[in-house]
Amino acid sequence: MSARAGTLAGLAAVAAFGLAFLLLAPHWVELDTLLDLTVYMIMSILALSLGLVWGYGGILCFGQAAFFGLGAYTYAVAMVNIGESTLPFLLAIALPAGFAALLGYFMFYGRISDVYLGVITLTVTLILFNTVNSTAGPEYHIGSARLGGFNGIPSIPPLNIPGRPEAALDLEGMFYLSTALLLATYFGLRALLASRFGRVVVGVRENERRAELLGYDPRLYKLATFAIGGAIAGLAGCLFANWGAFVSPTIFGLAQSAQIIIWVIVGGRGTLIGPILGSIAMEWLTTTLGANQTTGTGGLADLWSNAPLVLGAILIGFVLLVPRGLVPTLADGAGRLLRRRLPAPAAAPAPEVAE
Amino acid sequence: MKVNRRAFLNGAAATAAGLAASGGFSASARADAPIKVASIHDLSGGLDIYGKPMVDALTFAVEEANAAGGLLGRKIELLSYDPQSNMQLYTQFATQAALKDKVAVVHGGITSASREVIRPVLDRFKTLYFYNTQYEGGVCDRDQFDTGVTPAQTVEKLVPYAMKKWGKKVYVIAADYNYGQITSQWVKKYVQENGGEVVAIDFFPLDVTNFGPTISKIQAAKPDFVSSALVGGAHISFYRQWAAAGMRTRIPMASTTFAVGNEHIVLSPEECNGMLVCYNYFQGLKNKTNEAFVAKFHKRFGADYPNITELAMGTYQGFWLWASAVKKAKSVDRMKVIEALETGISIDAPSGKVTIDPPTHHCILDVHIAEVKDKNLVVLENFPQQKPSDTAAVCNLIKNPTDNQQYVIKI
Amino acid sequence: MDLAVVLAIQVLYAIASLALISLGLAIVFGMMRVINLAHGEFLMLGGYAAIVGTHLGFGLWVSMLVLAPAAVGLIGVVVERTIIRFLYGRMIDTMLATWGLSLFLIGLTTFVFGNTTVGISAPFGALAIGRYRTSAYTLFVIAVATAVLGGVYVVLRHTRLGLIARGTMQNANMAAALGVNPPRVYAVTFGVGAALSGLAGGVLAPVSGVFPTIGVAYIAKAFITVIGGGAAIVTGTVSAASLFGTINQLATFATTPVFGEVALLGAAIVLIRLLPQGITGRFFRRGL
Repeated sequence: MSARAGTLAGLAAVAAFGLAFLLLAPHWVELDTLLDLTVYMIMSILALSLGLVWGYGGILCFGQAAFFGLGAYTYAVAMVNIGESTLPFLLAIALPAGFAALLGYFMFYGRISDVYLGVITLTVTLILFNTVNSTAGPEYHIGSARLGGFNGIPSIPPLNIPGRPEAALDLEGMFYLSTALLLATYFGLRALLASRFGRVVVGVRENERRAELLGYDPRLYKLATFAIGGAIAGLAGCLFANWGAFVSPTIFGLAQSAQIIIWVIVGGRGTLIGPILGSIAMEWLTTTLGANQTTGTGGLADLWSNAPLVLGAILIGFVLLVPRGLVPTLADGAGRLLRRRLPAPAAAPAPEVAE
Repeated sequence: MKVNRRAFLNGAAATAAGLAASGGFSASARADAPIKVASIHDLSGGLDIYGKPMVDALTFAVEEANAAGGLLGRKIELLSYDPQSNMQLYTQFATQAALKDKVAVVHGGITSASREVIRPVLDRFKTLYFYNTQYEGGVCDRDQFDTGVTPAQTVEKLVPYAMKKWGKKVYVIAADYNYGQITSQWVKKYVQENGGEVVAIDFFPLDVTNFGPTISKIQAAKPDFVSSALVGGAHISFYRQWAAAGMRTRIPMASTTFAVGNEHIVLSPEECNGMLVCYNYFQGLKNKTNEAFVAKFHKRFGADYPNITELAMGTYQGFWLWASAVKKAKSVDRMKVIEALETGISIDAPSGKVTIDPPTHHCILDVHIAEVKDKNLVVLENFPQQKPSDTAAVCNLIKNPTDNQQYVIKI
Repeated sequence: MDLAVVLAIQVLYAIASLALISLGLAIVFGMMRVINLAHGEFLMLGGYAAIVGTHLGFGLWVSMLVLAPAAVGLIGVVVERTIIRFLYGRMIDTMLATWGLSLFLIGLTTFVFGNTTVGISAPFGALAIGRYRTSAYTLFVIAVATAVLGGVYVVLRHTRLGLIARGTMQNANMAAALGVNPPRVYAVTFGVGAALSGLAGGVLAPVSGVFPTIGVAYIAKAFITVIGGGAAIVTGTVSAASLFGTINQLATFATTPVFGEVALLGAAIVLIRLLPQGITGRFFRRGL
């Protein structure tokens, strides 16, 4: 089977699985599970944004949470002021994208790279955290939206069908929208990476000097990648603000930023399906550990219900045992298995192989 | 077509939730099945200093009830969730508790932020909610009961007491969020009403640990005393640096938050002796109920248990207020329990008599002023049966049962 | 006048504490290219070691200045042998592993100590300067920072140990060919970095308190200081800490702690934009 056919089969498998999930999940699961699934989809979109910026663009962004948070806050503030969600939705994508472009111009045209880039992005998100966190007083408001400081903005109105403010999206609608947008983001990025632009981006990642000598301006390509990543993170932020109807400054925090990087590492860099699986796995794990409390038994049971301890041990073990991330490792395993079973010409490979 | 199906699904979900709450066919409603109670408190992350004692108290209360034969002849099962100081998990766990576990009541939330995250969720899924933390006041929601003290119950007593003792010039420091902002306004109001002057109000984000410049500023302002509403582990360093600069013996301090996170045990006596605080509960309260309670609690968790905190007692009392209402209603159905609570139910708790105030869903309870002395809190004065008059000024759920918001009380 | 003296002491203290919390990270990152996200927890463990030592009756000074670095240094060696040594040359993976380690240590500490740990208070008492009073311990922290920075400089510059360490970090194969055992050098270097973090944690424990999640307050600032300083370990740390500490403290005094923090972070961004290799990438290039 040719690589191209493999890629197509993989894409088809992702599409089929995604569509089936989109249509069937609400029928199979209870509402609370649907709510969990929705947040997994939203976080997957966020993971994809860093998957693009870092995995393909080679830009180690330690502050992807900045764009996520900006998206969420933009939506919240605009929605409280306007009351109809079309413009807030678009703003929540455009503003983080614009901010990313500005920051990208500042960094890439200053020839900043590598870990220095990571520190600047981290610093930016910490500045946002500190600033927003200190807006608890009633004097801090944008229009009629109070920023609320540490407590954040509660009771954010949900998205509505464009032009009809009374037709607000319910929980199930949120699930459909998030899943559809995740699929759209995934396939959009696949198309982008398969285009000329995408190839140059990867070329810049592999060897910036060579790309430059070939006549491409690496700064421009990095800037564009970074801005697209910002837009996608903003979209995720907007959905997140909808999902829980609240947003608070911890969205800009160090933990949030680190989490996004961890999703990408766990899933596998240089793939798109990897960050998605990584984010779902980690979100599931965090939720499960938190729900796993034993009360007052003491001893070993207490150890197991100690969420950070268990999560930390799992992460350490993961780095040592699965150094390349879930998807590349699984793809390798599946590839080896396939080769052993060959010849079986028409067997569709596991979706991961698509990467 | 799609709209119809969605509408149907929503209807089905609502019906399911309704059935669960009203004792339909769900598992939790079988006559012998345990009654489920959810706890959503941070057991890890920065807020665990508050969450752990609360969950211990709830565990203790549930065990106590079960030892006495449970409620309505059924055992009580406590489901404990740890949101890890992460707001996103509050949403998820509140939904799980309401829809998957179909619990009879949720006790949970520590910061006001977490309460405002889970309150709409539990409203939406018709699950009764108890918030057991002292807070800034003003929440008005028929689905929710607040057993913690509010500023009108504590600040109103603490400020005049401290002013009479030390003087009229006050410097206010507070944590930079909703609680700190609102509480400092109450402090200012009571200082002015008592003929004093607030020289400055400074706010600190929860992660500040270096207070050097602030301490110099306070020294320059020379107040008669400092009123503190600092919150969390990082802020403990203020008291430490304050004492290290030799200020504890020079400018005294009163606080609306100190000791709630066991600060008086973490710090040495030289760092915090003499501080005045005002709460509903102190472990050293002298009454029969409390002495029996403390003895039993120590038997369960060990005599070296650091301290039974204000928040822990709020949670314990919250559980028993709910349990008494269940007994009275002879049902765990949400509306029946709310109606039973709204009769102004009261319990004889370790902190004294605690009564639900029907119009506000807050509590009428005793408050006490105490002084920190050698890692203990020594009660100096008692103020019996204080009403939540701040919230009462804006909220009347008997007149407006559909009211559902947190008021910012005009001060 | 007395205000100026108090302010000067506070600025010096801010610089000293920033340098103290950053130095261990600077060694581990600067020499080994390991991004240690558990650095904050090493500091936290130093604080706990000092507390436990005091409770066991070792006395404050021994606990803080000997036990804390020894215990955390030992933990550092164990961590290097069990985790980090598999990850050399994989900077990003060290980040994931040490983030996991950071969570693990927070969880473990909470499990062992609970979250109500009796702290230690600052010795020495207060110091009166005109109308103001400040903690005399502040001066002690400044002295410790100066001594530690000087010590590290001397060791790196003038001892055989420092030479071997620097040589191994530059070219491990060459060092091995010359008879050095690189794995041992790595383990020792990581251990020293951890020990310095432990020392910092111990010394700062009486000022900032000790609780399981305190590390979070340190890690970002330490990281920014190290990167801002650039390649040279000692001069880089000192110059970045001086710049950031001064800005932070003066802005805090003039306005609020929030603005002080934002000013520090803003300064870091401007600094890295102007000097993309950190301060010592441009100035003091021959420093260490």
